[in-house]
Amino acid sequence: MPQDGMSAIAHEQSPEGWRSIVTDWSADKQTFHVPWGKAMMWIFLVSDTFIFSCFLVSYMNVRISTAVPWPNPSEVFALQAFGTDVPLLLIAIMTFVLITSSGTMAMAVNFGYRGDRARTTSLMLITAAFGAVFVGMQAFEWTKLILEGVRPWENPFGAEQFGASFFMITGFHGMHVSFGVAYLVIVAIKVWRGDYERAGGNYEIVEIAGLYWHFVDLVWVFIFAFFYLW
Amino acid sequence: MHGSDAPAAAHAETHQEHPIKLYLVVWAWLFILSACSYMVDYLHLEGALRWSLILIFMILKAGLIVAVFMHMAWERLALVYAILVPPIAILVFVWIMTVESDYTLWTRLTFFGAGP
Repeated sequence: MPQDGMSAIAHEQSPEGWRSIVTDWSADKQTFHVPWGKAMMWIFLVSDTFIFSCFLVSYMNVRISTAVPWPNPSEVFALQAFGTDVPLLLIAIMTFVLITSSGTMAMAVNFGYRGDRARTTSLMLITAAFGAVFVGMQAFEWTKLILEGVRPWENPFGAEQFGASFFMITGFHGMHVSFGVAYLVIVAIKVWRGDYERAGGNYEIVEIAGLYWHFVDLVWVFIFAFFYLW
Repeated sequence: MHGSDAPAAAHAETHQEHPIKLYLVVWAWLFILSACSYMVDYLHLEGALRWSLILIFMILKAGLIVAVFMHMAWERLALVYAILVPPIAILVFVWIMTVESDYTLWTRLTFFGAGP
């Protein structure tokens, strides 16, 4: 079966640890013993890691190099609640929403492999809904800051580079979340229709979509730490 | 190509099915760690303590997401290293840009004074 790359190696005999790397990379055969879609998604995520790293490093660069004080994110992103200013309230809620969506996605992958289409579809749609809520809260945050006079070239709180970094980093992340919501809804509909059941009951695509979604959550962990908390 | 038993073995290895309980535990931990990193800001911790706590909670959260939610802990090392080693280059980039931005700040302070 030359078209089936999975058969390239019998795993029972393959060594562990460093020797497994040598075995997998040597000789004329498939290196990664995962579905090609999963390997491709991982390689795309590595490239995306570099893109977000470039944004975060450029943010670090402008923040270190400015002679003007950087706006205090704790105050800029504070929200009025319970009669006082609660620092980073919306950002904290957004973080919990995204983590929760990652949890439901992980369970969707699990039910996908069990062939439980109803649970997989509903968990994926719940994940997408949490993602949509996240984007909605981000839109609210953008609106609030724009009304307060934050622009990519100026803001009333301090160093001008704050606006450019903020809109670039959160905008690119929000775009990833939006695309992820669309991706999840499409895959969820296909799971529900039974497309993958007809293709031999292969639910790897749910795990691959999950990888993308967890990556979006992962990037938020870094944005939360470096942009909002630092 | 080997015998017909190979696809079944490969299937077992690429099949990432783990107990739901594990995901719930990780989920709870991500909540706790996020709450901790939020408390760093809420309690107005400053200086080295603040930065080290932020980094520790960030790395723990990232590690849990990659290892469990993205199943890296169960992948073969050939894939794990191919994915996780290249991002180390970013640390070199961070170092280069730190040096560069320190220099930019120095020129700004030297030639334009402390103000904007």
